[in-house]
Formats: sequence, C-alpha cells, structure tokens
Amino acid sequence: MSAARRVLLGAALLVLAIVAAMALFPGIIAPADPLQTDVRGALEAPSAAHWFGTDQSGRDVFSRVVHGTGRSVGIGMLATALALVAGLVIGALSGIAPRPVDAVAMRINDVLMAFPEFLVALVVVAILGPGAVNVAIAVTLAAVPVYVRLARVQTRTLVLAEHVEAARILGVSRSQAFTRHVVPGVLGTLSVLATIGIGSSILAIAGLSFLGLGPTEPVPEWGLMLSGGRNVLGTAWWIAVFPGIAITLTVVSATVVGRMLRARLEGRVA
Amino acid sequence: MSALTVQELSITVGGRMLVDGVSFAVEPGECIAIVGESGAGKSLTASALLGLAPGRVRATELSLDGVDVRRFSESQWREVRGDRIGLVSQDALVSLDPLRRIGAEIAEPLAIHTRLSRAARRERSLELLESVAMPSPVARAAQYPHELSGGLRQRALIASALAGEPTVLVADEPTTALDATVQARILALLRDIADSGTAVVFISHDFAAVRRVADRVLVMRAGRVIEEGPVGEVLVAPSQAYTRSLIAATRHAPREDRFGLGEAVLTGIDVSKSFSGIPAVADASFTLLDGQTLGIVGESGSGKTTLARMIVGVESPDAGDLRWTGDHRVQLVHQNPLGAFDPRWTVGRSLREALAAGGVPRERRAGRVADLMAEVDLAPELSRRRPAQLSGGQRQRAAIARALAAEPDVLVLDEPVSALDPSVREKVLQLLGRLQRERQLTMIFVSHDLEVVAAVSDDVLVMQHGSIVEQGPVASVFAAPQHPFTQELLAASRA
Repeated sequence: MSAARRVLLGAALLVLAIVAAMALFPGIIAPADPLQTDVRGALEAPSAAHWFGTDQSGRDVFSRVVHGTGRSVGIGMLATALALVAGLVIGALSGIAPRPVDAVAMRINDVLMAFPEFLVALVVVAILGPGAVNVAIAVTLAAVPVYVRLARVQTRTLVLAEHVEAARILGVSRSQAFTRHVVPGVLGTLSVLATIGIGSSILAIAGLSFLGLGPTEPVPEWGLMLSGGRNVLGTAWWIAVFPGIAITLTVVSATVVGRMLRARLEGRVA
Repeated sequence: MSALTVQELSITVGGRMLVDGVSFAVEPGECIAIVGESGAGKSLTASALLGLAPGRVRATELSLDGVDVRRFSESQWREVRGDRIGLVSQDALVSLDPLRRIGAEIAEPLAIHTRLSRAARRERSLELLESVAMPSPVARAAQYPHELSGGLRQRALIASALAGEPTVLVADEPTTALDATVQARILALLRDIADSGTAVVFISHDFAAVRRVADRVLVMRAGRVIEEGPVGEVLVAPSQAYTRSLIAATRHAPREDRFGLGEAVLTGIDVSKSFSGIPAVADASFTLLDGQTLGIVGESGSGKTTLARMIVGVESPDAGDLRWTGDHRVQLVHQNPLGAFDPRWTVGRSLREALAAGGVPRERRAGRVADLMAEVDLAPELSRRRPAQLSGGQRQRAAIARALAAEPDVLVLDEPVSALDPSVREKVLQLLGRLQRERQLTMIFVSHDLEVVAAVSDDVLVMQHGSIVEQGPVASVFAAPQHPFTQELLAASRA
C-alpha cells in the first residue's frame, strides 16, 4: 500500500471512530439538550458557546448533529444488515434451486435492479407511508437486489468448488457442505460489499428524510436538519452545512474503508 | 561481441536482495539455461533483461548488442523490447490478447518496430508462423488464441517474439504447461532458433528440458549462481551437492517388480463417459489388484482424470461397469491442494471435519489430527495455519493427511506432485511409498509424467483420446512399448 493510501485509510478510520463515538455516547460529547429551544438565541453564528451555531428555534446545531448520528447511521447500518441477510438467503437458495425457480427469481431481481435504488426506496415509502421504520424497510428493499445477485453467483461458484467436492468425497453430507463451506464463503464476499453499501444506505436515508419522508421534527436527524436549514442557507449557512459535512465525511469514509477491504480480499483470493 | 552481457546483476525488492551478483554472457547462436527451484530468482533475472524487474536493479554491466541499457528510460526500453530482445512467457493463453486474431498479434511488433506496409506485415507474419512450423498458417492467422491448442499457442507466441528479429530471445518456462510430446517439439523449435543465430536465454526448473536445448547452464539458488558450465559437464558431473540433488530428484529408479499382490479389488469393464456428447473415456477395461499401485498416464484431455473421478465415485459411467470386490473406502487427493481446502479454514479444522465425517467422536479428533500430521511429516503447529500460509509441498502433505483421515484402503491421486519443485516432489513420493507400505494401501496414481509413474507404479494404463491404448506391468510397457503413442510419449520424455 502506498503512503498516500495509508494516510487516506487512516483518516477514514479516524472519522469512523469519531462517528461511532458520537453514535454511542452522544450525551458525553455534546451535553447540551438537542431539543431545548431558545427563541431569543435563535440563528446565532458558530461561537465558543455554540460551536456549530443555533437553528431557527435556538437549538444547538452541534448537539443536534451529534445526537442525530445514532439515528442516521444506525438506520443505515440496520438497513444494510437486513439487506445482506435477505440477499444471502434469497441468493443462496436461488443458486441451488431448480432452473425454472432460479430463472423466475433472477428475472424479478433484474427488474428491481433496473431502477435506481433511491427510486425504489421512494416508491416503497410512498406505499408504506413516512416514518423512521418505513424508511429503513424501504432502503433495505432497495438494496437487496444487488446482494441477491452477488450471493447467487458466489453460491453457484462455490457449490462446484474443489474444496466443497473434497468435503463431499470425505463423506460430509450435501446440506452440511452447503452450510459449512458454501454459505460462509458467500457471506464473506457479501460483507465486503456491505461495508461499501453502508455509505449509500446512509445517503439514501438522509435523502428520504430530506424529502420529509423519514423521522419528523423535532427529532434530530441529518437529512431532516439539512432540509430545515435549506430556506435560510443565505443567512444561516451553519444549520445545513454541518449536518451536510457529517453525512459527506461518514459516507466517504465508509466507502473508502469498504473499497480497501474489497481490494485486500480480492488480492488474497487471486 | 556477445549478444547479451550481464555483470554482477543484483535486484532488491522491498529491502530484500532477491538476485545477488549474477553474471553471464550469451553469444549469438548460443542457448544458455538458467535453472533453479521456485524462488531462486531466475524469472526475476529474466525480467531484468527486459527492463521489467520490480525494485532496484543494479549491475556493473548490462548490455544488449554492445549497447549499455542500464540507464535506459521506459521509452527507450519500449523501442528495444520486441525489437532487439523478445520474450516468450510461460502461459501463452494469458500473454496473447484474447480478442485479437493470431495474425494481428504477430503483426503488432512489426507495426511498432518496422515501416512495413499492412500487406507486407501480413506477408511477414505468415512467414513467421511458417518459421515456427505452425500447421496451415493462413488458417491459424485468422483464429483467436482460445481456438488453438496449448502447443500451437506457444508457437504463435514464439513467432510474435521473433517478429522483430531480436538478437536475444528470453524464454521463461516456455514448456511447463505443455504435454510431454508437445514440449519436445517446442524445445526442438527453440534449439532451431538458437542454431539460426539468435541468442536464447532459457529459464526452467526442468533439467530434462535443459539437457535438450541448452549449450551452457547456470544453476541458481536463493538469488545466486552456484554453478555454471557446459550442459554436458554440469549435468553429468555437477560439482555442487545442491545441483546433484536437483538432478537426482529428476531421475527415478523404476520400481522393482513386486510379487504377492492380492486379489482384484476393482474391475473396470468397458467403462465409458461423455460430457455433452463428447466422449471423455471410451470402453476402458482394467483390473486393480489389492496392494498395487496402478499408474494412469496420458496427455491433457486423454480422459485420465475422468477415469479417476469415476473410480472415486464423483462421476458415474454412462456405460460399462466398475465392479468392486467387497467393501472399500476410496479417497481422492486432488491435483491442486490449494483449491481442495476451504481457504477460510485452518488445516486442522479441515482435518477435524474429515475425521467427523468418518465417524471419529469429537473428543478423539484433536489427538487424531496430531497423529495424521505426524504421519505425513508435518509439524503439529502447522495445523493452525490456513492453506494459503503453507508451501506447496506442505499443502500436498496436508491433503494426503486429510484423505487418510477417512481410513481409506484405496487412494486415488490425481497429479499429486505435478505442481511441486523436483526436490519437494521426491520427498512427497517417498512419503507415498512409506504410507503404502505401512497402511497397505492400494493406489491409483494419475500423472502426465512418465518418469514419476515408472518410479511408483506396478502396472500402468496408457490413455489417449479417452481410450486405454496400452496396459501392463510398468517395466515391460516402458521397456518395450507396443502402441505408437506410448512410443512417442517415451521418446518425448527421454530424447
């Protein structure tokens, strides 16, 4: 690994560590109450008292960014994990299913993959209605097709792999060989894709919240804060810019780490 | 003036000196061979000759055709490569552009290095194909690499390396992936190229191949040249113990006749198998006796692996019958031990799985793993490693240990030593011999290497195009081959 890439990876890991700390211990990092309004102290620029300034209701933006981390990142990770599990189950089963079943499942999957993920998520939220839980479900469903496709290909490759055949010759039953050698192998590949996917899930959730389809005021959430600060961007830039930076840094860092993990895995396999 | 002079060449990669003080010179019309086991630094030396070595390259002299190339820039190297020095690499399928026809591939260096017109280039590329004895060159020039056999691909690659009429041709293990009879033809071609005035640098781990093409030989070990001289001297009377052991490892004494072999364990009657209409094995009939080693030889595509897989039971015959006498446990040792282990599992875990499948109770498995590791001469702590962390020889031992976990009485080995260096190969063969005596194993040994089969087998089946063309005791088949194909195979491996 070159020096520049090592620095980039180090920076990305540092950002993720800070994000994790903000998500786990928001009260320690930002003691101010994110919901406490103070009409007289509204729209104050960043200062020593309010590092990121205050919003239209006088709430501390720094505190809101920190307290919003758990929700924004948490829903993103949850959606990714659910998509991974669903993709693994559907893809692996499709990989060993009889040809007609496999063909039907894959054509449906192709149709879903033909639409951009965000559009699928929008449609799902439109059907289910707004709300944090529904947003998580929508983003999960939108991400599933990619995992299904990868899981199916990996399953089909691994089922025929020499080491699986070797286990079968030794007397390991078909189902045991499948659960012990094939499924964990597929899971390994999918989890690398998932580390990259977390970034796009966080972005999708922020996007849906921005459109007002996610958690509702006064809950602190990055996408929602972004949309709240949109109208006063000219006079109070800090309301939208800081949650924007939080989203950008988190997504970029997660993607950088995910891509490097993937490069490492592929280097090892090759 | 020498075509190529190398003085005190050293290559340092990542702080480690992998090539250390290598010096040699090649005259026009001479073929010099660099031999050594994997990791000796021979391929790295070859890449330095083309300005392609990674890391830091230093030499007191490195000159091509009298021109000092040590301080060449990348663009200067590009002018020289393919023009004054050509490269033939090991795997022609990877080296040739899969999306380009053979003719266009060969014409490319002509387009770069000459001012020939398109028509003249086409003319010249056909001449080149003829000069490497490519059958029906016009038709071949219009084909893609995957449509050619391995031997013909290698010929095409040599033709493109010769396109610029280079002074020096570097051939890095050019015949390793090829069958014995094809290998013999490519080696003869390389000798012809040297005889017509090109200086040839031949990199190989195979002393038999070196004997056939080279005038002089350099033996490398751990980055240094430990011995050099004319082929006749070095191969006949090597001065270094290491060279002697390398040469000894390539010669096997044919196995003595063994008496007292048991009853027939397995009888194959007209066994046939085809894959999507193409016959892989046709009407194979043979007998496997208790306690014997049955060798199966043949070139790639001869059906020997398919036959072995049917014996193990992974494939089933379309027609004919494999009749076992009594109950037998059959195990397979795969050709590629790296692929045969789950890459995420430690070797110990894979062994425990094999024991579990064989019905060994959980509390006795750890002890059995240690026994098996000891039986194949592997240090017990290696069981905590993953397959990728083992050397090729260790992996093959681990694969044998796992096959033994099932307590087989018949062991089928598919090219068990083909991927190993000669000295490691010799040790694995000794291990197999010892295991056979100690465990009274019946073995089926599949290989393309006649010498190895002769050394380990009692009886041999010679396969060609899916049929068994000759069979019988090894000593008599090899001493007086009846079928023309057996004769050709033997001639190719002895020459």
